[in-house]
Amino acid sequence: MLKRHIGWWMTVPAILLVLLFLILPVVATIGTTFGEEKGLLAPYIAFFNSGFQRRALLRTLEISLATTAISLVVGFLTAYVVARAPGRLKSLLIIAAVFPLLTGVVVRSFAWLIILGKNGILNNTLVALGITAEPFAMLYTEGAVIVAMVYLFVPLMILTLVGVLENIPEDVLQASSSLGASPSATFRQVVFPLAVPGLIVGAVLVFTGSFTSYATPQLVGGEQQMVMGTLMYQRAMVRFDWVGASTIAAIMCVLTIAIVLVMSRVARRLNPMAT
Amino acid sequence: MKTPLNPFLIGFAVLVYIFLVGPLIIVLGASVSDTTYLTFPPQGLSLRWFENIFEISAFRRTIITSLEIAFLATALALLIGIPAAYALNRYRIALPSWLSTVFVLPILVPEIVLGFSLLKSVAVGASTPIFLTLLIGHTLIVLPYAVRVVSASLASFDFSVEEAAISLGSPPVKTFFTIVLPNVRSGVIAAFILAFITSINDVSTSLFLTGPGISTLPIQILAHVEQFFDPTIASVSVLLMFLTVAVMAIVERTLGLTFLAK
Repeated sequence: MLKRHIGWWMTVPAILLVLLFLILPVVATIGTTFGEEKGLLAPYIAFFNSGFQRRALLRTLEISLATTAISLVVGFLTAYVVARAPGRLKSLLIIAAVFPLLTGVVVRSFAWLIILGKNGILNNTLVALGITAEPFAMLYTEGAVIVAMVYLFVPLMILTLVGVLENIPEDVLQASSSLGASPSATFRQVVFPLAVPGLIVGAVLVFTGSFTSYATPQLVGGEQQMVMGTLMYQRAMVRFDWVGASTIAAIMCVLTIAIVLVMSRVARRLNPMAT
Repeated sequence: MKTPLNPFLIGFAVLVYIFLVGPLIIVLGASVSDTTYLTFPPQGLSLRWFENIFEISAFRRTIITSLEIAFLATALALLIGIPAAYALNRYRIALPSWLSTVFVLPILVPEIVLGFSLLKSVAVGASTPIFLTLLIGHTLIVLPYAVRVVSASLASFDFSVEEAAISLGSPPVKTFFTIVLPNVRSGVIAAFILAFITSINDVSTSLFLTGPGISTLPIQILAHVEQFFDPTIASVSVLLMFLTVAVMAIVERTLGLTFLAK
C-alpha cells in the first residue's frame, strides 16, 4: 500500500504547505469580502463607489499597461541584438541583464530617488545646462513610476526573449533569406511571428508584476500616486479596514490569475511551431 | 551565414544597457560620498556610511533576521521540494498532471495578497508568532524555485542508473543519497542560491509580516528612506549588490549563467 503510493507520499509535505498556508488563507481572505451583512457584494460596491479607489485602480491599470508595452518593445529589440551577438559578448550582455534582475526591488527603485529627486542628478543636469531655470517635480508622478517599473522589468523581458529567439532554428532564417527576403522582411514575417508566444509570456509576467507591485510605487510614486498595492497596505495597516483591504486583494488575485490562465492558453494556440 | 544587424538597432541596445547599468553605478557612487545627503557624482570619498549601517541597531537586527529567514526558508523549501521534484519525475505516470501546477501557485498568487492573508489567518487568526509566520511565507515563495530548478536537472537524469543500483542490492534511500542526489547537485545549488536571493530581496510578502522587533532588511530600508535621505541606504544597497555578485559567481560556477535565460 505504502509502496504503491510512494510517489504521492513524497509530495505530501509540499502539497500540505501550499494548501494550509497559501490556498486556505487566500480563499479565506476572498471569502470575508462576501460575508458582509450589508449585502453580498457590498464591499465591491463600496470600492467602486469611492472615486479615490476607482482612480487608484485605473492608475494601476494605466501604469501596468504602459510598463508592459514599453518593456515589450525595448526588451524585444534588445533581446534580438543580444541573441545575435557573438559568443563572449553575448554572455557579457546576459550577465549585465541578470545582475539588475538579482538585485532587489528596493535597491533598484531607490536608485531612481537619487536620479529623479528635486536635487537629483537629472534636475541638477538640466539646470546646469540651462534647459530649465528651476528644478521641477519629477518624483511622485505617474511618469516616474512608469520609468522605474520599466527599469525593473526590462531585464526580465530581455532574458525571457533571448531564450525564445535562440530557439528559432537558424535554418528557418537561412531559408527566408535564400528565398529572397530582406533582413527586415525576415524580421517582420519570420522572427516576429515565431516570437509571439514568448512575447505573450513576457507581457503576462510584466503586467501581473506591475499590477501587484508595492515597493516601487511606494518609493517613487508615494501617496500622490496610490496604486492597488499601496492602497491595500494603507487600508489594512493605517485604517485597519480589513474588509476593504481584502476586497482589493480579491480584485488583484482574480484579475492576475484570470490573465495568466487566458493568456497562457492564447500563447499555446498562437505557437506556430507547435505540433 | 548571419545577416548583419541594423546599426540603429545596435545603438538602441547600447542605450538600453546604459539605462540598465547606469542607476546601479549611481547608487555605488552615492554610497561613498562624504556628504550628509545623497548626491552623485560623490563629493569626497568616505566609507563612513558603511560604518553607519552597523551603528544603527535596526539595521543590525534586520540584517540578522533577513539572513536567518533566508537560510531557514531555503533549507525548508529544499527539504520538502526535493522529494516532490523527485516524485514528479520518477513517478510521472502514476501522478496526475495538475500536481506540478500546485507548486507553481505561489508564483501565481500575488505576493502581497499572500502576505496579507498569512497575517489575517495565520498570525492573527491562529496566533502564530510573527517570526514563524514570516518563515512560512518565505518558504512558500521560494518553494517553486526548489521544485522547478531541481526538477529541471532531474529531467535529464537517467533513472535506469538508480534502478541498476537498487537491483544490485543498494537500499533505495541510500541509493537516493549516493546516486541520485550527487547527479543533480548543480541543480540543488542553483535552487538554493536563487531561493536565498529571492528571500533576501522580498518586500511584498514580508510587508504585512513584521512586528515589534521583527522586520526584514528591505522593509527596514523602506522605513528608513521615508525619514532620512542620507547615503546610508546607498551603502546598504551596495552591500546587497555585493551579495548579488557573489550569488552570480556561484551560479556561473555550477550551472552557467545562461541557465537563467531559459
